[in-house]
Amino acid sequence: MEGPSSTGVSNRKLAMWTFIGSECMLFGTLIATYLIYRGRNVVGPYPDELLNIPFITVTTFVLLMSSLMMVLALAAIERNDLKKTKIWLFMTALFGLIFLGGQYYEFNHFVHEGLPLSRNLFSSTFFVLTGTHGGHVAGGVIWLGTLFVRATQGKLDATHAETVEIAGLYWHFVDVIWIVLFTLIYLLV
Amino acid sequence: MTASEHALDNGDAGVHEGLYAGGIWSWVTTVDHKRIGILYFLTSLVFLLVAGVEGQLLRLQLARPENRFLDPDLYNQLFTMHGTTMVFFAGMPLIVAFFNFVVPLQIGARDVAFPRLNALSYWLFLFAGLFLYSSVPLRAMPDGGWFAYMPLTSSEYSPGLGMDFYVLSLLLAGIGTIAGGVNFFVTILNMRAPGMRFMRLPLFTWMALIVSVLILLAFPPFTVGLVFMMFDRSFGTHFFDAAAGADPVLWQHLFWVFGHPEVYILILPAFGVVSDVIPAFSRKSLFGYPVVVFSGILIAFLGFGVWVHHMFSVGLGPVVNAVFGGATMLIAIPTGIKIFNWIATMWGGQIRFNTPMLFAIGLVGSFTIGGLSGVMHASPPADLQQTDTYFVVAHFHYVLIGGTVFGLFSGLYYWFPKATGRMLSEALGKAHFWLTFIAFNVTFFPMHFSGLLGMPRRTFTYAEGLGLDVFNLISTIGAFMFTFAFIPLFLNLWRAWRKGEPAGANPWDAPTLEWTVSSPPPHYNFAVIPTVDRRDPLWHPHIEVGLGWAGEVEPGGVSPRVQPKEPPEPVHMPDPSYWPLVMGIGMLVMTAGALGSLGVVLLGLAVTMLGLFGWAFEPSESGAH
Amino acid sequence: MGAVVLQGCNGEYPQSALHPSSDFATRLDDLFTQIVWWAAGVFVIVEGALIYTIIRFRARPGAPRPKEVHGHIAMEIGWTLAPALILVAIAIPTIQTIFIVDRPTTDEDALVIEAIGRQWWWEFRYPELGIVTANEAHVPVGRTVDLRLRSADVLHSFWVPRLGGKRDLVPGHENQLWFKPDSVGVFWGQCAEYCGTAHALMGTRVIVDEPADFDAWVALNQGSAVALTDPQSRAGRGVFMANACVSCHAVRGSAAVGQFGPDLTHFGGRLTLGAGILENTRENVIRWLDSTQHIKPGSLMPDVELSDEQLEQLAAYLLALR
Repeated sequence: MEGPSSTGVSNRKLAMWTFIGSECMLFGTLIATYLIYRGRNVVGPYPDELLNIPFITVTTFVLLMSSLMMVLALAAIERNDLKKTKIWLFMTALFGLIFLGGQYYEFNHFVHEGLPLSRNLFSSTFFVLTGTHGGHVAGGVIWLGTLFVRATQGKLDATHAETVEIAGLYWHFVDVIWIVLFTLIYLLV
Repeated sequence: MTASEHALDNGDAGVHEGLYAGGIWSWVTTVDHKRIGILYFLTSLVFLLVAGVEGQLLRLQLARPENRFLDPDLYNQLFTMHGTTMVFFAGMPLIVAFFNFVVPLQIGARDVAFPRLNALSYWLFLFAGLFLYSSVPLRAMPDGGWFAYMPLTSSEYSPGLGMDFYVLSLLLAGIGTIAGGVNFFVTILNMRAPGMRFMRLPLFTWMALIVSVLILLAFPPFTVGLVFMMFDRSFGTHFFDAAAGADPVLWQHLFWVFGHPEVYILILPAFGVVSDVIPAFSRKSLFGYPVVVFSGILIAFLGFGVWVHHMFSVGLGPVVNAVFGGATMLIAIPTGIKIFNWIATMWGGQIRFNTPMLFAIGLVGSFTIGGLSGVMHASPPADLQQTDTYFVVAHFHYVLIGGTVFGLFSGLYYWFPKATGRMLSEALGKAHFWLTFIAFNVTFFPMHFSGLLGMPRRTFTYAEGLGLDVFNLISTIGAFMFTFAFIPLFLNLWRAWRKGEPAGANPWDAPTLEWTVSSPPPHYNFAVIPTVDRRDPLWHPHIEVGLGWAGEVEPGGVSPRVQPKEPPEPVHMPDPSYWPLVMGIGMLVMTAGALGSLGVVLLGLAVTMLGLFGWAFEPSESGAH
Repeated sequence: MGAVVLQGCNGEYPQSALHPSSDFATRLDDLFTQIVWWAAGVFVIVEGALIYTIIRFRARPGAPRPKEVHGHIAMEIGWTLAPALILVAIAIPTIQTIFIVDRPTTDEDALVIEAIGRQWWWEFRYPELGIVTANEAHVPVGRTVDLRLRSADVLHSFWVPRLGGKRDLVPGHENQLWFKPDSVGVFWGQCAEYCGTAHALMGTRVIVDEPADFDAWVALNQGSAVALTDPQSRAGRGVFMANACVSCHAVRGSAAVGQFGPDLTHFGGRLTLGAGILENTRENVIRWLDSTQHIKPGSLMPDVELSDEQLEQLAAYLLALR
């Protein structure tokens, strides 16, 4: 039920911002835990033995590019350019998938190198933190995929620009979180 | 024209029509905030009774020293369930029940911002509660206490499913709670009637807004803590494992960084109720409205900076303890401000002692005691003798019963006529108040002494030579009285539902918007969205109406501004939907699967996704009303 | 004798925070008393104002509608400042006390005792004196006791109210707590942090002795187990050594070197049994050995299958270990 808005922002958009605020506390707690426990492992492997910074830099770049495509998708639907909308939504989701593929490869690699989830404090904090982020990316990919399918069915037009915008808000948020994680986990190793 | 004819003219819909019409399917699929509020109310009342019986059993065990009525394992399970249920499945949902029913009416809205999400929140609450209690027939009740300190709750020291039930049910309930937080935050921010500026909001709505923010900020850290606990228990991670280099105290931080704001989540709505009830029954607007609002905001803000006061005996050092002790003391200031402003509101008024007012006054008196004992353990050294003893048990029951429960009872008596169109009996209401007030004090006041004389909490027994026998016996007698005190309440509800006097739109001559609509309100609440030009819009300028208002208000007082009987133009209301239920069931199945079956988790995920897509592609409103 | 000691010198409330018997407990009690007086004053003012208001301004038939008063800045400032001043008055002694009681002791002559919390009993070690004992700590009157608190399993909290406030025992941490007892006696305490099934039955005693008595206790407890004189207790030693007892309990000077349960080298000299829950009498020792799980449900000591005769012998042995 979309009544008149007292703030001028639609209910849905306000809800997304609110949700993002709450998510900041979620990731804030996870990140704080990671930082508190950094360097407190009593058994290896240790982060500096495993983290593959060049590889993650590439997937980070892919995720960043997906945010750019999200912006293009929104611009397209606002112009009512449905063909471009479809393309950019697809590309955003695809790049998100590539990022997730990279994460899957990384996790697998770590487990092979002797770092299963239950190995030590690093494995506990690392997998749960980046895994939670990965779950958010996966949710975003599904959401974008749904929008893409609706677009191909011709059920998405300029009147739905806000729907795309809200998905974009979420997507950008998840990207920003990754920038923070990339900096704290990989660059400050 | 008699009072009741007056009321009918004002659109008295009658109990068994409108809001309450329709079969069970109409309740299962409802997205009407009023109905969801009623569902919340009835469900949490059941949980309140169950947890009350649990508390009663605890008191029975402690009636005399070295009693063998309950064995220690069962005792430990019962106090864990008592605390967990009271906080998450009785206290909070009871508050949400009032948010649901009252907030949209107070701000002049036709529903909440996201009616289907609202239904989902309810289902998740219900399912999480049922899931927690499914541990009873499985004989796997959690037994780690409601704050579940690690490492006692690790798989090493608490094997079995007990603590898994705790973790999973609170995760499930937490999702619904956060969704509710988003919903009410957006509703209050965005769906206020024209002219309903922030500084015109009724205090209850103000507190609902603040509490929504608290929920949004406090629940995520708790969720993360629960996830860590789940991973430690189920997947062998080491978040709280000292042997792996971790610090088990992290759990305490995560828990209390949520747990202390949770206290304000529980108490601020009660303050909100009282801030609406005291003016209505003093016939005088709230004294110092902006100060009361800002003191509420301040309490919430400070509430995030005081969690370590639950941990003064942990040994965090003098600086940490001094800072958090000082911050905790600061909270006494805005709390005191509220109390003084309530008294100043009554000062010079014409106080009518109807039941809602009795409970409101009871709150002011009892909460003061809880607040003062709170200042005692805000002082970290003094707290070293008080924490984890019955002194603290006394303190938080004064806050949570003398504050939250009294406030919610006040709200129940205040808004029951609005919700049902019927008046509760004043005689039974007064009996209920006095019995409750006396029983509550008899139960909990002696606990101050048993605590200071050396009784730790969470002990299933105490030695004969400690000198605690008398205090414990009095507490147990009080607990029995407390149980009996519920009898007049239920008689009253039953009587009013069957044959209560018609209430009319505004039986109390109260000043806020919910009293302009009929009782119970129509589906669409407001035939015409009102325009608000002042605080307490029904009072100023004074129009002397109502009958006998100088004494106790009789049913059938009228309000000066009434809604038209029918909306002049079609109103679009959201359609009922079963997708929230489908999604809730899916999430319940996932939760149950997390006890040990990946297949069940995937099944639940599939159902959840089905519900989500069904929801997303369902048109949310079709025709006109 | 046991009954006299347990109850005789402690008055009615042996575990009371309101009857301090050390510098630490006295400081806390003084601070608490101050706060109580402030609180009592506020209580009287607030409740008095409330009751006066509701009586004076009760609705009267025919009275005019009350005059609206929307607020009053000076009053708001007044009732903000007044509590603030009271809180300052409470905060100053609070912070002074924090920086005394939350810091390690500076007394170099302090008697160091390690207290290790275990489900559900206490181990006390005197590293400078070479003493290991359980559930009961002897200390001399007038000398600072410097407790080092550690946990072997879950959280516990050491609390002997008459000697001071509680402090938690946290796995992975070493906490400190110190107090200087000012009178002789037996002081009751118990675990104050919920620690599982038998949390309520995790008691302790701190026995404050005259210095001479303490020295005698130290001399006795530094030694190995005493020689047994009567055949009954020797038979009991046979039972002890032949059963599972030795896998958990140590008796110095014997083949028993178990580490999971309390050290029993001088068990017979203790006042209580089962972590402060029973007087240490022959009947109680027999009951305890015969039905541990009934007396202390959840105890990690299993019920032992022994004949009545063996129980008698075992009790004689344990009580002979003075």
